[in-house]
Amino acid sequence: MTSSDWPLWEVFVRSRRGLSHTHAGSLHAPDAEMALRNARDLYTRRSEGVSLWVVPSSAITASSPDEKDPFFEPAADKPYRHPTFYEIPEGVRHL
Amino acid sequence: MNRAPVAAALAPAALALGDDALVLSHRLGEWAGHAPVLEEEVALANIALDLLGQARILLSLVGDEDELAYLREERTFRNLQLVEQPNGDFAQTIARQLYFSTYQELLYGQLASGDGAFAPLAAKAVKEVAYHRDHAEHWTLRLGDGTDESHGRMQRGCDALWRFTGEMFQPVEGVDADWQKLEDDWRESVGTVLGRATLTVPDGPRSGAWAAGAGRQGLHTEPFGRMLAEMQHLHRSHPGATW
Repeated sequence: MTSSDWPLWEVFVRSRRGLSHTHAGSLHAPDAEMALRNARDLYTRRSEGVSLWVVPSSAITASSPDEKDPFFEPAADKPYRHPTFYEIPEGVRHL
Repeated sequence: MNRAPVAAALAPAALALGDDALVLSHRLGEWAGHAPVLEEEVALANIALDLLGQARILLSLVGDEDELAYLREERTFRNLQLVEQPNGDFAQTIARQLYFSTYQELLYGQLASGDGAFAPLAAKAVKEVAYHRDHAEHWTLRLGDGTDESHGRMQRGCDALWRFTGEMFQPVEGVDADWQKLEDDWRESVGTVLGRATLTVPDGPRSGAWAAGAGRQGLHTEPFGRMLAEMQHLHRSHPGATW
């Protein structure tokens, strides 16, 4: 068995009350169907009402650590970029 | 866990279904550390755990689950001969899973839709066994329609276990099921999967003099004694111990 037969998949899980899919981990599987089944066993323990995404790792393009500075350094001297000048109304959740 | 023994009339049924789950669970447990890939290891262990859970509930209806599992002799076990068959290669394990989980899903489906004593339990278990069937079905398709080697192995696994399948449709005392319908549905379901997997439905005898299958009467095949010896060893060495 070579690793190309069982490529790596990234698993994203949304829990029953969760709002978004969160990266849960990775696993090896021969295709997407099997990746889903394996992910269900490994990452959800089969609790009802969850959503699973599996993505072949090769389909993910990541930002490069080398470009970290220009990519992620916020322009801190431009406060108008940061939406922090208002009060959050009561009762707003998930912010 | 409900420890109240059920009406005596239901005990044979609970014992038969419970023994099926217990014995197959043990067989699947033997795969731990030996499965082809890590992910499959988890899947088989998961199925084994589901089955063990079913066994515990069913055996508890009859009496003390540990006593029933560890202190009974071979001749008083009521499981199907199919589930006690050795794992063989991965394909043979999958063939066993396909035959048995299809049967279990159909049987529990019938029980869950009825109003018998097993309806609540079957309603819970049918979700688990639907997953087991799905798992077996997918592997049957992959192996059957995979390489020449995997196709050959899958066919051999299906052929080797075929003679144990007739026993599944002998009515079990206390189980209120339509056995003829169960058998028809099973043949259709398994036939469809094997067809899609480019495999041939075995055509050997499934019941009668030349077939096997008297597990429900307590007659078991040779590998079962060895399996029990391993399963019961510790409990018999230290009787009465608390774990």
